[in-house]
Amino acid sequence: MLKVRVIPTLLWKQFGLVKGVGFDSWRRVGPVLPAIRVYNQRDVDELILVDIVAQGTGDEPDFESIDDFGQDCFVPLTVGGGITRLDQVQRLLRAGADKVSVNTAAYDDPDLISQIARRFGAQCVVASIDVKADEGGGWTCFRGAGQIPTGREVVAWAREVEDRGAGEILITSIDRDGTMEGYDLPLIETVAGAVRIPVIASGGAGNYGHMVEAVQQAGASAVAAASIFHFTEQTPAEAKAALAAAGIPVRMPFQPDQDA
Amino acid sequence: MKVGVLDYGVGNLGSVLKAVEVLGVSPVLVDQAGDMVRCDRLILPGVGNFIDCAERLTAGGWVDALREAVLEKRRPLLGVCVGMQLLAGTGLEGAGPDNPDGTPGLGFIPGRVEHLSTLGCTLRLPHVGWNSIRNTSPRDALFTGISDGTDFYFVHSYAFVPEAADDVVATTDYGATVTAAVRRGNVWGTQFHPEKSSKAGARLLRNFLQAEPC
Repeated sequence: MLKVRVIPTLLWKQFGLVKGVGFDSWRRVGPVLPAIRVYNQRDVDELILVDIVAQGTGDEPDFESIDDFGQDCFVPLTVGGGITRLDQVQRLLRAGADKVSVNTAAYDDPDLISQIARRFGAQCVVASIDVKADEGGGWTCFRGAGQIPTGREVVAWAREVEDRGAGEILITSIDRDGTMEGYDLPLIETVAGAVRIPVIASGGAGNYGHMVEAVQQAGASAVAAASIFHFTEQTPAEAKAALAAAGIPVRMPFQPDQDA
Repeated sequence: MKVGVLDYGVGNLGSVLKAVEVLGVSPVLVDQAGDMVRCDRLILPGVGNFIDCAERLTAGGWVDALREAVLEKRRPLLGVCVGMQLLAGTGLEGAGPDNPDGTPGLGFIPGRVEHLSTLGCTLRLPHVGWNSIRNTSPRDALFTGISDGTDFYFVHSYAFVPEAADDVVATTDYGATVTAAVRRGNVWGTQFHPEKSSKAGARLLRNFLQAEPC
């Protein structure tokens, strides 16, 4: 049976990890490499690492740092931030990324998603979509680390990235980001209902119950979270125990079979 | 032991190299097909599209060199994900009116690579995430120490359907029974990614490096 993944999101700005509220007021939360080591040691399901500086400025991805980060990561690693071209994807995959997330550049050039999917496979492209609720009860997509409205409505954009070959959608509520008030469940449910590819819920997790809701009520295939792991004592392992207690299938650590 | 990781222009090569290194073996990236025969064991990675990967194998002269290294010189080979699918006779990814018969693979293990929906899967695709495997009985050497129910990391929309049931050594379930691993003689393949399957994956890679080919 396929398991529901619990994915720590690591936001990386210049030399360290940061976490903000509403994609703003960033706080430093420590260096990147030890965090990746600890998560790998603790056998998390997967990691998402986004360079928020590259995303905002159009800089090249920092390949050298990604190479270092990948050294100690034996679980799937999605890398995002500043990706605008195919050759960058190839370099990231060589450096230790397994998937890339594309956000801002996709609005300028939606064909980038198709190109990555054709060359490296749909499984390699995570379309990252950041949205804010609008007055009409829908959601508008934002680019440039959540700063610039695109005018695109989330359902239409989610369907477009799916049609263009994205393998997963990471949907983040900017309004809920860093608040720890819970995921935007109507948003997750709307996006999960609009596409046939897996949807990763992001933005707002403050406790394990929020993760259970995202899966059971909103239909998320995976849950991503940052603040809960940076600023509280809560851990991915405990999150999985809570999901399991709610009847959701999760991966348990590997136990070698001594008899075999 | 010299372990060659084949670099034919695709794949999460960084991850594969690191996963082998951590086992205490120094892998070499093989970017010329002719260099394969100098390796004791070979890993054929692959992410992406079957047609694109198959074309790259052909264009780089890998197909004949792989036949020599694997079928004649009996080097153990592990294909991963699309690397496993390429072991098949035919891939139906991208098959359509222009290409009704699909794309030829290496043909080391007879069978076809089909879309999960044609196998009856109606769940969300791609099949992404950790899924539990079920070993065949008796357990293949690739799965020594790895019991039924162990989770591995999968990410794919197509699956290998070997002609001979004997070639399947592990399965998983995702709205259909899906081939998780194959083996014929000195040729192994896993649909999941051992290099990204944490401790279970490390155990499987160690098993591959130690397995006796036959």
